[in-house]
Amino acid sequence: MSSYVAPLKDMLFVINELAGLDEVSKLPGCEEVNAELIEAVLGEAAKFAQEVLEPLNRVGDKEGAKLANHVVTSPSGFKAAYQQFRDAGWNGLGGLTQYGGQGLPHLVSNPVQEMWNSSNMAFCLCPMLTSGVMEALAHHASAEQLQRYMPKLNSGEWSGTMNLTEPQAGSDLAAIRARAVPAGDHYKISGTKIFITWGEHDMADNIVHLVLARLPDAPEGVKGISLFVVPKFLPNADGSLGTRNDVKCVSIEHKLGIHASPTCVMQYGDAGGAVGYLVGEAHRGLEYMFTMMNHARLAVGLEGVAVAERAYQHALDYARTRVQGREVGQRGGDRVTIIHHPDVRRMLMQMKSQIEAMRALAYLAAATLDKAKHHPDATEKRRNQALIDLLIPVVKAWCTEQCVEIASTGVQIHGGMGFVEETGAAQYLRDARITTIYEGTTGIQANDLAGRKVGYEKGATALAVIAEMRKTVSALTGGELSAIGNSLCGAIDALEEATHWIVDTFQKNPNAVFAVAVPYLKLFGTVGGGWMMARAAAVAQKKRGEPGADTVFFDTKLATARFYCEHILPLAAACKQTVVSGAGSVLALEESQF
Amino acid sequence: MKVLVTAKRVIDPYVKVRVKSDGTGVETANIKMTINPFCEIAVEQAVRMKEAGIVTEIVVVSIGPIQCQETIRTAMAMGADRGILVEMAEEAQPLAVAKILKAIIEKEQPRLVIMGKQAIDDDSNQCGQMVAALLGWPQATHISNVTINGDTADITREIDGGLEKLTVNLPAVVTADLRLNEPRYVTLPNIMKAKKKPLENIKPDALGVDVKPRLKTLKVAEPASRSAGVKVADAKELVAKLKNEARVI
Repeated sequence: MSSYVAPLKDMLFVINELAGLDEVSKLPGCEEVNAELIEAVLGEAAKFAQEVLEPLNRVGDKEGAKLANHVVTSPSGFKAAYQQFRDAGWNGLGGLTQYGGQGLPHLVSNPVQEMWNSSNMAFCLCPMLTSGVMEALAHHASAEQLQRYMPKLNSGEWSGTMNLTEPQAGSDLAAIRARAVPAGDHYKISGTKIFITWGEHDMADNIVHLVLARLPDAPEGVKGISLFVVPKFLPNADGSLGTRNDVKCVSIEHKLGIHASPTCVMQYGDAGGAVGYLVGEAHRGLEYMFTMMNHARLAVGLEGVAVAERAYQHALDYARTRVQGREVGQRGGDRVTIIHHPDVRRMLMQMKSQIEAMRALAYLAAATLDKAKHHPDATEKRRNQALIDLLIPVVKAWCTEQCVEIASTGVQIHGGMGFVEETGAAQYLRDARITTIYEGTTGIQANDLAGRKVGYEKGATALAVIAEMRKTVSALTGGELSAIGNSLCGAIDALEEATHWIVDTFQKNPNAVFAVAVPYLKLFGTVGGGWMMARAAAVAQKKRGEPGADTVFFDTKLATARFYCEHILPLAAACKQTVVSGAGSVLALEESQF
Repeated sequence: MKVLVTAKRVIDPYVKVRVKSDGTGVETANIKMTINPFCEIAVEQAVRMKEAGIVTEIVVVSIGPIQCQETIRTAMAMGADRGILVEMAEEAQPLAVAKILKAIIEKEQPRLVIMGKQAIDDDSNQCGQMVAALLGWPQATHISNVTINGDTADITREIDGGLEKLTVNLPAVVTADLRLNEPRYVTLPNIMKAKKKPLENIKPDALGVDVKPRLKTLKVAEPASRSAGVKVADAKELVAKLKNEARVI
């Protein structure tokens, strides 16, 4: 069984050379962020992930969370690990400094999250949701609410949850029915919420639920939904825990993966109504949720990077130790480990090169999000906001879809033993499977990209990104770089053609656009990843000649970039073909013909 | 009471060490480095003593290239108060290290010096003993417990036959063994705070110490790979083999 080793060198390479640390460290509030600090933070986080979180990953998968009498018990060791996580202060990584957080930018917190997710994704969801709650409160809560909840959330003494989904309201939140009735200084909340991650558990002292519900006078649809904070225990003025609120977990789901993370059905108001407090203004709940959507979707995209990395390391370890067959062309002599076989190499390269591309694109998004939040120049801020809005659906959907494929390849490398649970390869595939679904399915992300992000704005941001990509190509000259440049150039042409098709078709036939939105997103991700690989190759080519350079590392970067160009980028032409000519057949059948 | 601890920068224990192709040493360029695990235990002990109110200030010293600053920052993130880097590019051999430390200790006047029993790179296990000898201070090596009682320290040492208990007068030099404590995970707020703690950078010349290497490394080579084992039929054959072939009994 392999153990996780955080790929710190790769991560730091992306942070320093590709995502733009120099620009992020110039942002107001990020002055303390430099390569040395990042290395220290990532180094300690790696240790924690490797030594505390990873050993619990299998335990969590096998035992799962358990429910009895409305009480959820986390798997063995989770509670103690959460206590250590809290004590080490990791919960407040990106939190506001005035409430005890460290205020570090996404370019630091997201790589750290990658390590948590690689080592133990199910565990990591608990602090991830807490940080989502903090993000929502930071933007919309009152000063009094901030004072009451933020310090305890930053410290991890309390955890947070998001209560959006109801049985009839999944992707379509307009159908929400949960009720909120005014009762003096608070509201009485009632209704059923499903798919509430870590909705009930034994690791934190209190759980702060953010709940979407309708007021009695609310208009129908999305404009009638308000956001409430509903704590499990009502906090007293001094911060101590008071009355147990009228909210309980009535069941937990039996799932394909992330077994350690309790996915709860939460029942509000069985005994007359749970006490809830309005966040911000009435009827604006959904809009508030949208403000933290980029943050949450980027986090899920990173889960894709993280689980793919873990599946890769696991498969690599197996390929290096499993002895089977002889070298091609050898009839006698010793049997060799399967990493000697060309097709196993191909699979490992496929995993490795795609993970590098995914990580680079995700960290680029992290840095862009930082600039969109903090850039002092209004034009730059707007430009980065447009860019992040475009990148988010790509990072979320592409990284997670690739992750499922990579985790599946990881199983494949194990052969028959991959299908057997005891090797552990299957868990990564099972865990990965949720990432393309929650926080907006791949279909939803693709519609968002093709419709709202490209169609509505007539491709302005997408074409600007394409122009950036072309700049990279023009700088790729000489030897291996020219070949990489040529492949990338062809792929960019495909992306540009497909983008024009989306823009042209969107007005007259939006159904056709949505019918091929997923292939368009895949095209965008594939080419975006290729862009990052080409940039990495250019840096590697330049740096490998410097005195004392780590030539092995840089040569590896050049090789994975070449592999990406030869094995992954050709997909771009195929995706483009599907986009510009494949919509008709998608909609060709009448419903009765299925 | 002031305590001085030492922190050596070594190859990360998780990294597979490779011998340089010319046999002059091991590959350290572009390899993950970390604080020597026994030094980490030494730092942890000092921090625990500070938390218990016995120690008032912890000074951490590292000797080596500029990157040793990271090692010092790690120790400061664990709880050390300030750092001293003695920057030198050439190999710091045990005697040179001991002389440098003697000079610093005479200036800093700590009541207790806690060092790792050895560094995991060269496994010399010499510096602590040499420092004590040069200073003329008592020494207690390979300790698994230390309790301060006014002007003396009660020590438990790990020795081949079990545990040895003794008392040393302060000031003294002690070296930490594996079971002295289990080092903590550094907290995020403390990593942030460590950046602001004072770190002094000095050169061996400024201490008036001769750091010229006195030992010459002739050749570094990988250990011979293990040959295949054999099955023995019974205990009698095993004893015979141990006696005649292995010559260990």
